[in-house]
Amino acid sequence: MRQSSFKETAARICFMAAAALSIVAVALICIFLFANGIPALAEIGLPEFLLGQTWKPTADEFGIFPMIIGSIYVTVGAIIIGVPAGIFTAIYLSRFASKGIARILRPGIELLAGIPSVVYGFFALMVVVPLIRTTLPGNGFSLLAAALILGIMILPTIITVSKSALDAVPKNYYEGALALGATHERAVFRIMVPAAFSGIMAAVVLGIGRALGETMAVVMVAGNQPVIPESLLSGVRTLTANIVLEMGYAADLHKGALIATGVVLFVLIMLISLLFAAIKKRGEKS
Amino acid sequence: MSSKLLKFCTYAGATLSALALVSIVGYILIQGVPHLSLSLFAWEYTSENVSLMPALISTLIMAGLSLVMAVPVGVASAIYLVEYARPNSRFVRIVRITTETLQGIPSIIYGLFGLLFFTTALGWGLSLLSGACTLAIMVLPVIMRTTEEALMAVPQSLRQGGFALGAGRVRTVLHCVLPSALPGILGGVLLALGRCVGEVAALLFTAGTVAQIPNFGGEGIFALFESCRTLAVHMYVLASEGLHLGETYATSVVLLVMVVVLNMITHAVAKKLSKERL
Repeated sequence: MRQSSFKETAARICFMAAAALSIVAVALICIFLFANGIPALAEIGLPEFLLGQTWKPTADEFGIFPMIIGSIYVTVGAIIIGVPAGIFTAIYLSRFASKGIARILRPGIELLAGIPSVVYGFFALMVVVPLIRTTLPGNGFSLLAAALILGIMILPTIITVSKSALDAVPKNYYEGALALGATHERAVFRIMVPAAFSGIMAAVVLGIGRALGETMAVVMVAGNQPVIPESLLSGVRTLTANIVLEMGYAADLHKGALIATGVVLFVLIMLISLLFAAIKKRGEKS
Repeated sequence: MSSKLLKFCTYAGATLSALALVSIVGYILIQGVPHLSLSLFAWEYTSENVSLMPALISTLIMAGLSLVMAVPVGVASAIYLVEYARPNSRFVRIVRITTETLQGIPSIIYGLFGLLFFTTALGWGLSLLSGACTLAIMVLPVIMRTTEEALMAVPQSLRQGGFALGAGRVRTVLHCVLPSALPGILGGVLLALGRCVGEVAALLFTAGTVAQIPNFGGEGIFALFESCRTLAVHMYVLASEGLHLGETYATSVVLLVMVVVLNMITHAVAKKLSKERL
């Protein structure tokens, strides 16, 4: 009897320790990022770092304002491209598609989610960039190319999350609308979509997080000049690209500045996660 | 807006999504399949044959190693959350918040952390082990999430049956609950595997880009401290060098095939799962 209770306690402690490991992981990530980033931030000066317009590591000038703006531009572009297409696809899959089409399209969307970002980047490099180069001015490596490929990359996230929000709307909402004389389309767009609104918003926020954090596909096609882009066709550098481009050879303050770039990105992502949690909570309440 | 227009929009959206998928997969396949040659699968990598075989094997070792670390921890923590802890206790809430945080962190941040912690602070250098540990943390929330869902879907009667037969809690969990949650857990493991296979940003500064298989035969366990590149990293390096386009296409075909196969297995598992439930 005593032996078995020992076994129970030991197992309980093991399982609990495993659960505590994720707390340890987050704590370690925060500690190491901040401990290595903040000294550099202090040396450069927070306003100079966040609002400085020039990034010239060789001259000890570390302003990441162009990269912050670049990240925002690219993300907004991806949202403009990916969100409408994604939400309409979700509505189609949830309420319009015949069984046969849904059976083909749904695994297709899952495959889209599984394609590695290097493959997206390579596709954009070989197809999207040359397409922009030949039809529009500039060399093709541009904000537009990055936004386009990111728009495609966030599609699966937006589709699956919005679709599950739409599917979770009680069936009698739809039937009630029909009973009141609404057409199928009217019932879907006036009743189902508003009822699933908070879920759809959550999908959009999740998409923003993905677009903001994506690295490889953007690096391959965005041109990566550390200046604020003047048009859709100019090159752009995002926060993520800044890290991956220069981390390989950076040292001292330069390295610290790159880690601080990571800190800024981390804080941005945390803010978005908070937003996501708030939206989800509100959705659960209503 | 008129209902016809809205209906048209949904069809247009779906067509666009389908078109994106077909054009990406189609383009890669059409360009890549003709370049699949035997020399691409040669055992040794040289700058002439740019063989992907070492990268492929490194990928398997790397993914296997990170899953060996992440799966037991992930499954055990899910067991704690579902079977042991009081729901909504403070500990559970904190664990939930941290796993959600881990899930949202972009892979480049994992890469930075891996560089600062495993590579530099622990002194493991650019190595298989640094990369695998970084990936393990990255996929941990995926495994926890799916295992939790799988455990919660197990009917309460199985637990009651276990207790009624006089089994303790551990025994009930390990012998009654866990086996019937296995397909769900397997789905999570496959999802995690897919993320490991496709990852680049988290590996560039942790595992490095050496194009050889770690020499386990010669150095034994110390080969864990050798740098290596996975298939996705290999493809990124090839694409940014731009010297071997045909081989790059072919490499992406191999990557795509891996992803598709993983997807199909996940589907088969999910299907089996839903059939058993009915």
